[in-house]
Amino acid sequence: MTESTIPAPRRGVPLWAQVIVWTLLVGLLVIVAMGLRRAQQGTVQPGQTIDNFTLPLYSGYQIDGKSEIHFEDLRGKVVVINFWASWCKPCEQEAAEMQQAWAEYEPTGEVVFLGVDYVDTEPEARVYLKKFGITFANGPDLATRISQYFRIKGVPETYFVDKEGVLQYVQVGPFTSIDQIRAQIDPLLK
Amino acid sequence: MVIDEETMKVTQDTKITSYKLPLAILFALTFALALVSLVSAQGPTPTDDEVNRIAKQLYCPVCESTPLDVCPTEACRQWRDLIRTKLGEGQSEEQIKQYFVTQYGARVLAEPPNRFASYLVPAVAILLGVLFLARAFQMWMKPSITEAEAAANEAPPADPYIARLEEELKKQK
Amino acid sequence: MIANFGFGVLVVSFLVTLYSVFAAIYGERTKNAAMVESARRAMLLTWPLLTLTSGILIYLLVNNHYEVQFVYEVTSRSMPTYLKITAWWGGQSGSLLFWSWLMSAFASLVTLRKWDRDREFLPWVIVVACVTMAFFIGMNVFFENPFAQVYQTFEGINAYTFQPADSVLFTPADGRGLNPLLRHPGMVIHPPMLYLGFVSFVIPYAFAIAALITGRTDDRWIRLTRRWTLWAWLFLSFGLVLGGRWAYDVLGWGGYWGWDPVEIAAFMPWLTGTAFLHSVMIQEKRGMLKHWNMLLVILTYDLVIFGTFLTRSGVLSSVHSFAQSAIGPLFFVFIGFTLITSVALIIYRWKELKSETEMTSMLSREALFLLNNLLFMSILVVCFWGVIYPLISELFTGAKVTVGPPFYERATSPLFAALLFLMGVAPLSAWGHSTVKTLGRVMWKPIIGAVLVTIVLFFTYTQKVTALLAFFIIAMTILVTIYEYWRGAAARQRSQGENILTAFWNLTGRNRRRYGGYIIHLSMMLMAVGILGIEMFQKETQGTLAAGQSLNIAGYEVRYKEIASWDNPGAGVNYTRSVVDIYEDGEYLGQLTPRIDYYFDSQQTMTIPGNRSTLRDDLYILLVDWEPATASGATFKIYVNPLVNWLWFGSILFLAGVIIAAWPEKEADRVSVKARSRVQQPSAAD
Repeated sequence: MTESTIPAPRRGVPLWAQVIVWTLLVGLLVIVAMGLRRAQQGTVQPGQTIDNFTLPLYSGYQIDGKSEIHFEDLRGKVVVINFWASWCKPCEQEAAEMQQAWAEYEPTGEVVFLGVDYVDTEPEARVYLKKFGITFANGPDLATRISQYFRIKGVPETYFVDKEGVLQYVQVGPFTSIDQIRAQIDPLLK
Repeated sequence: MVIDEETMKVTQDTKITSYKLPLAILFALTFALALVSLVSAQGPTPTDDEVNRIAKQLYCPVCESTPLDVCPTEACRQWRDLIRTKLGEGQSEEQIKQYFVTQYGARVLAEPPNRFASYLVPAVAILLGVLFLARAFQMWMKPSITEAEAAANEAPPADPYIARLEEELKKQK
Repeated sequence: MIANFGFGVLVVSFLVTLYSVFAAIYGERTKNAAMVESARRAMLLTWPLLTLTSGILIYLLVNNHYEVQFVYEVTSRSMPTYLKITAWWGGQSGSLLFWSWLMSAFASLVTLRKWDRDREFLPWVIVVACVTMAFFIGMNVFFENPFAQVYQTFEGINAYTFQPADSVLFTPADGRGLNPLLRHPGMVIHPPMLYLGFVSFVIPYAFAIAALITGRTDDRWIRLTRRWTLWAWLFLSFGLVLGGRWAYDVLGWGGYWGWDPVEIAAFMPWLTGTAFLHSVMIQEKRGMLKHWNMLLVILTYDLVIFGTFLTRSGVLSSVHSFAQSAIGPLFFVFIGFTLITSVALIIYRWKELKSETEMTSMLSREALFLLNNLLFMSILVVCFWGVIYPLISELFTGAKVTVGPPFYERATSPLFAALLFLMGVAPLSAWGHSTVKTLGRVMWKPIIGAVLVTIVLFFTYTQKVTALLAFFIIAMTILVTIYEYWRGAAARQRSQGENILTAFWNLTGRNRRRYGGYIIHLSMMLMAVGILGIEMFQKETQGTLAAGQSLNIAGYEVRYKEIASWDNPGAGVNYTRSVVDIYEDGEYLGQLTPRIDYYFDSQQTMTIPGNRSTLRDDLYILLVDWEPATASGATFKIYVNPLVNWLWFGSILFLAGVIIAAWPEKEADRVSVKARSRVQQPSAAD
């Protein structure tokens, strides 16, 4: 075999190369760590102040005459945010209780129930709302922005926010009785 | 109704039927016309294949990494029906995909909407790789380029195995 | 009781691996051969210990011990015994144990060889193997205990490693059962194959690290692990192919590869492994690329660990993901540790890894192998970016995106096409020297042949330009390979006077690596034909039929005949089985029976296609399970997948090729062992 035996000068790895390699490596590890932290994170936890979000409502629903709700406009009232979907069987278990609770608290004028429809189709959503006679405001979570913000793990989930806009309680899964709902709202009304 | 007591035949009151039949025909005609116009406004129901052609390009918003045309869940059935309805209304593929993006976010598309960002990094990395390799070739071959050119004319294969092969074959020719 | 004993043995294994690591380091640092030997014996001890642990787990699985949570999760009374055994790798904690068991088996195999010439490698190989093992066993011991049992306390029913106070052992009546999709022969073999591949790659990595630490940066470490690399690559390749076949048979979307992140996580080490396989040949023949080979083997190992991490940590969303668990952070620490130490080591030893020779020709085989490496690394970059991009997008912009097949196909197709072309050219080029003239002389005949084939295909099969281009490249490479093979056999025939068949046989036998490689390339071409067929020419249709009605596609007529539904209580399944008659251009071909299996215990369905396979195409019929299926209306989804069976035949030929290439040669290790073999060899003719 033809071989040229001129030995090349022996150098270590130049500094610029080392900087690049280590930066890329550390960068990758940081990204993975962040991804891991996010995967391990649960939903938004009590104590956190909820940022503003926008919920367009299905036609026929309104709050104070508005068909698009900005969360910050609801400051000063207790807000109950309920994530649901028409294809979600456990959601049906609590639908009647939610409506009943709304009927109880609506006259006080201090509580707002918001139904956020997660990844659903409007025709089926309407069938669901009609079936349970839901009268509190409901709208689709466009581009799943709101559910991403709350980092929901599934449906149904319900978030109780007090009058100052601070999250107080997270209910994962359906309520089994209306007492549970009352137990969360009443302390916040004081 | 009038009953002729002699023949026991029942005959219609001619006064009423004189306009009853034309009225009936008018109603029937209007109804038919309405039906036809209704159907022609929608067009024939889109076939499964037409729905799937679009559903293939979308991903189920709820399930993980499942294209919409093969997803078996109830929710996906509803989405496919939604596509069927919209196709029937005459919406285009682009409009339907845009509707899904507005409703469910960019993740329903099979590719990130920002094409530039997604292709840029691999393109740059590959380009860097090509440059790196070219430079390595250059460094390796600098002293020996002239030797190679000289040897190119007779070009004896350096591999002894192929050399043996060539010799054998040459002998037989 | 037995479960607790199993856990105890597991803890002992963990302690033994830790001891082995420290004893090896201590023995090496203080030049204490006895300590190193003790470390070696400790490592050998891990295999019997882990076999005992695994045996206990299998015993629990087979005997319906549902108080053990893992057994509850992956088995049920209605599962046959063989599936209960293979459920060992059907869940997170069991599969981690399986990983560890394989690791201990391979580590033991490696340490059982004679170490006289490479004594300095031994301690570090032990360290790397045992650190990896300690990590995986540690995950079982601390986070995912396969022997955790279910206890009822005041808070509820949960699984614990140790019995909590005031609790009672809770034994469910039946298990939840394995996901029915996993109860398929493909599932039985696919994970073990993949794990075999993954775990085998740890050995070359261990030797590479040992070489870096000890400073023995010649290619000794490569020669020692060459066979390991080849077998690891074989297992990994086959694991990937089996995964594809299983998906095709059972998952019901008429495809075999979905560019899902977890599939890609297993594919990436294959890419670097293949690049490594080729570039070590350059180091062996020409003494070049020492840095590059080190980098490749480190990258392969880290991609294996990274891939395992991605699959199990929930960082990415995928159909393959295991359930969320707490092992993520520990995995992350291990990845960080291995990446940082490997990179630091290679930077430290960079100077000592200089090449012995220079390259003389741009078309020499080493140059083309480098091009091959560039192409593989480019595909790797595309895959890695595609996997990472959604993560980056969500973390930094909050926008969730999907990177799906269109991206990967568009970005990798030209790269794969270039690789196919290269597979045709590189075997013809010589080590050290080749020019356009020398290559052209051998290539012009196959090129003409390929052009002819393409012209025939143009008139008889397709006019699509991209497909014709691909067919041209594939035909050229097949013809080149066959031509080379024929040339060698013809030369042998004339010089040795053998008939052509014996010539072929002996040619292959005497040059197993070369001709095994040719067969592998040939098999890759066949697989490429299959992939081309299904990707470019697939047709599909879907429709709801009443009994007696038909769907037409690609010249086939599929007529719905009848349907029946019945329960099999013993297997816990409800079958809905349809019968369809197939006709082609009016001629009756036969019947197919697509069906839906509904499993009661896990409440999941499986759609089993009716499939008619020929070399020309597959007629693949599914009974969709999201619509009701009765005699008055059943919905069928029909795919016609042209040429797809070339993919499966190609993979069988691939298996043959790798076995030939890896078969121990009597003239093995020519450079160093030539003297010895001349004495020992019985005769020239074999």
